[in-house]
Amino acid sequence: MPDGQALVETRAVTKTFGSVQAVRDVSFTVGRGEVIGFLGPNGAGKSTTMKIIAGFLEPTSGEAFVAGYDSRREPIAARRHLGYLPEGAPAYPDMTVADFLDFVSGMRGLSRQETNRRLAELVESIDLAEVWNRRIEALSKGYKRRVGIAQALVHDPDVLILDEPTDGLDPNQKHEMRELIRTLAPTKAIIVSTHILEEVEAICTRAIVIAKGRMMADATPAQLLAQAPHRDPSIPQLVKTTPLEDAFRHITLEQAGV
Amino acid sequence: MIFRREFAAYFSTPLAAVFLAVFVAVSSGMTFFVSNFFDRAQADLSSFFTWQPWLFLVLMPAVGMRLWAEERRLGTIELLMTLPVAPWKFVFGKWLAAFAFAGLALVFTMPLWITVNVLGSPDNGVILASYLGAWLMAGAFLAIASCVSALTKNQVLAFIGAVIVGFLFVMAGFDLVLAAVRPWAPDVILQAIASMSFIGHFGRITDGVFEASALVFFASLIAFALWLNVQILDARKAA
Repeated sequence: MPDGQALVETRAVTKTFGSVQAVRDVSFTVGRGEVIGFLGPNGAGKSTTMKIIAGFLEPTSGEAFVAGYDSRREPIAARRHLGYLPEGAPAYPDMTVADFLDFVSGMRGLSRQETNRRLAELVESIDLAEVWNRRIEALSKGYKRRVGIAQALVHDPDVLILDEPTDGLDPNQKHEMRELIRTLAPTKAIIVSTHILEEVEAICTRAIVIAKGRMMADATPAQLLAQAPHRDPSIPQLVKTTPLEDAFRHITLEQAGV
Repeated sequence: MIFRREFAAYFSTPLAAVFLAVFVAVSSGMTFFVSNFFDRAQADLSSFFTWQPWLFLVLMPAVGMRLWAEERRLGTIELLMTLPVAPWKFVFGKWLAAFAFAGLALVFTMPLWITVNVLGSPDNGVILASYLGAWLMAGAFLAIASCVSALTKNQVLAFIGAVIVGFLFVMAGFDLVLAAVRPWAPDVILQAIASMSFIGHFGRITDGVFEASALVFFASLIAFALWLNVQILDARKAA
């Protein structure tokens, strides 16, 4: 694939569940080296959009592409280029970390040697040595999430889709996760969903704000900040907010017409 | 791969041992106490195999109910369905693991086989055929259970659904089912339904008539249920 081509692309993706329009007409592209922050209130359609790109759900209309492959028509090819951390980092509780990653690696068609090499790398970079032979059901939330990330990275994919990778982590773990994402960023296209605004400033090159299934903004964190409404400093605030929070609230509450 | 993981998953809890013990205990119990194995004074295992359809009706859904419902509950179905592997391979691999587990359960009843050989000289050909037939019938129950399991994330619902569908197949040759259809359906359909009977097909095998049609019946039912299973998974993506 030539450089400069979008690694992820959605074209007018719409998803309807019964009478509920979960995602409406979402179009964007992500290139190599970009880290996109998916922002939005709970239930805004972030996870649904990610599931559609990953090919777990089919869009009602529109198309999603991973590395140039249509995630519906050429799902196997698209998935080879994709690493996906679903919401809540699901894994088999009865397996050990080693067995689970071994299983995923095997399912992805890596040879024995490749698997051993990749897993050895991941133990280091994601710091899993301590829990390597422990059952997943016995892991803390932080370790479980790390196992989820490791699972998404075994085949060193071009595209990473991470649904709330820092949810449930303590501040130190959050910091480590952000560092990991930054390290991975230059060679990949990464989409991260979050409702932690500081995270966007810390790791994202671009932010896409979704509210009520619609794309409300697609901008750099700096541009997003510029959208913050001007606050009259003479009015005291009951709860202190950051400018980015102001921008987020402005976009998702007022513009989306809640 | 998926076969290995699924087969191992059965043994990751004491449930497997409990299940195997219950299966062996109940099937031998039926043989000796309900069917009066000794009083019949015949060296064969028909008193053992008579009970298999009924036993499987309850036990096989218990084995198969977790196959997909568990993946849905855990959310791991999202991992599986975003791996670069065709869904039918998962469906087949999971069923195969359950099928192997059922085979293992049957192997554990083989002391009965040895016993009848010590007591007399049974027709071992018929017994072997019956074992194979029972295994295949278990496979059909499991394929149905797997299919129903793909519809829900609730294992209890999957279990009940699989028992109900299995019950219809077991009873297909009996008046209970046929009477519901007879008033309005033409004879052809009536016969078609009657020919779906698990007991009818299995009964012919245990009677020593090892005919191809019974094999074809169970094999095609398995194939159809697994095909439907793939379709259900596929339809869920668009839901």
